[in-house]
Amino acid sequence: MTSIEAYAAPETVEDAAKLAADGTATIFAGGTDLMPQTKAGAKVFSQTLLNLRRVEGMRGAIEERGEIRIGALTTVTDVLKNELLRAAAPVLCDAADKFASGQIRNSATIGGNICNASPAADMIIPLLLLGAEVELVSWVDDEANWRLIPLKNFFKGPGQSKLRKNEILKAVKFRTPQTDFVAGFVKFGTRPALDISVVSVGIGGQLNSGVLTNARVAFGAVAPVPMRGLETEAVIEGKKIDDKIIKAAASKAAAEVAPIDDVRASAWYRRELIQTLTGRLLRDVVQTGD
Amino acid sequence: MSFKQEISFTLNGDLTTASIPVHMDTLTMLRDVLQLTGTKLGCGEGECGACTILVDGAATNSCLMFAVDCDGRDIQTIEGVQTEDGLDLLQKEFVEKGAVQCGFCTPGLVMQGTAMLNENPGMSEDEIKRGLEGNLCRCTGYTKVIDATASAMAKTRGEGQG
Repeated sequence: MTSIEAYAAPETVEDAAKLAADGTATIFAGGTDLMPQTKAGAKVFSQTLLNLRRVEGMRGAIEERGEIRIGALTTVTDVLKNELLRAAAPVLCDAADKFASGQIRNSATIGGNICNASPAADMIIPLLLLGAEVELVSWVDDEANWRLIPLKNFFKGPGQSKLRKNEILKAVKFRTPQTDFVAGFVKFGTRPALDISVVSVGIGGQLNSGVLTNARVAFGAVAPVPMRGLETEAVIEGKKIDDKIIKAAASKAAAEVAPIDDVRASAWYRRELIQTLTGRLLRDVVQTGD
Repeated sequence: MSFKQEISFTLNGDLTTASIPVHMDTLTMLRDVLQLTGTKLGCGEGECGACTILVDGAATNSCLMFAVDCDGRDIQTIEGVQTEDGLDLLQKEFVEKGAVQCGFCTPGLVMQGTAMLNENPGMSEDEIKRGLEGNLCRCTGYTKVIDATASAMAKTRGEGQG
């Protein structure tokens, strides 16, 4: 028994936005998060069940005018195999490779991973490094209404984002990284497959002669939202990355995260992991990139 | 009353229709509505792979897929793997290599293995292991499953007895 009164699987973004306009739709794409959440009672269905998977033109990645745009319905498997992304943003493909299992990668979408707003979401950390923005569409007063929000400002808490009930996430986009952009992502869990991160860390920036500029750091599963490590970024920005800076960055990272105790790990352990992994990843990113 | 939807799709090569509650998962539809009980319910949350089916050729956890989303798609389950002559090559190799013990995970492993062989008939052992990471087996360990998959791959490529 559910309260669902209607089901729709529109084929255009416009129709999808119209169907979502009154704010009473439960929206899904791959369904890999919604299904277990509703089965567990953590989420209740609204009046309309809105399946986005049949919407055309929302799957795949393209590059135009110096930007890469990834359609929200692009599956994690698509991301993993996409030639454009492998060449221009390999850190995103690396995170896709570490995402759940083959079966889930085939269903789960990049848009769904963002909208689910888990602090531990694997695709969000590399997107934060890439300075991504999300494109949201709603249907208001007989026309499409667009909003663009930087991903770093999109999340409000576990499972909570600025996505309004009448909005659909259409795409995520970012400026095509410069050729000197390097980045890395590490995820720590009890086993490589099908694990929700105990913590995850991403570091990226433009690397020239060992100096990292426009440095970006992001942490997963150590705060109510996937977070940018602004204080850690300040430690490494414009600096030649040597042992002293690596140590300082690792300490700052451990200080600026706000982890909790839960079933997967204690806050203390998470902080230790952040310190160790930030130092290790920073070294790797600089060494492999130079 | 739960809201129902009529859907039609190809199931193991045959056009099939079903009327199902829209919140139902594909696994429940297969087992309880269509009486195809070869696909197994292990964890019900995508962790174990016992419910793996092929959706337009892609291995998918049927427990996580809304049944309504099967509409218009090509679905293959373990019941559709068998050939007219009996077990298909991968199934035979599972038997040959002793890759089955209690058997509960086997349908999911065969479906995942089938997808893997279709996608890349030149897998390394590490690639086979990576490919099987979404399937849990709690009795045999995985060595024999990996052997069976490698052997089926070798035979598919016509490299003798693998």
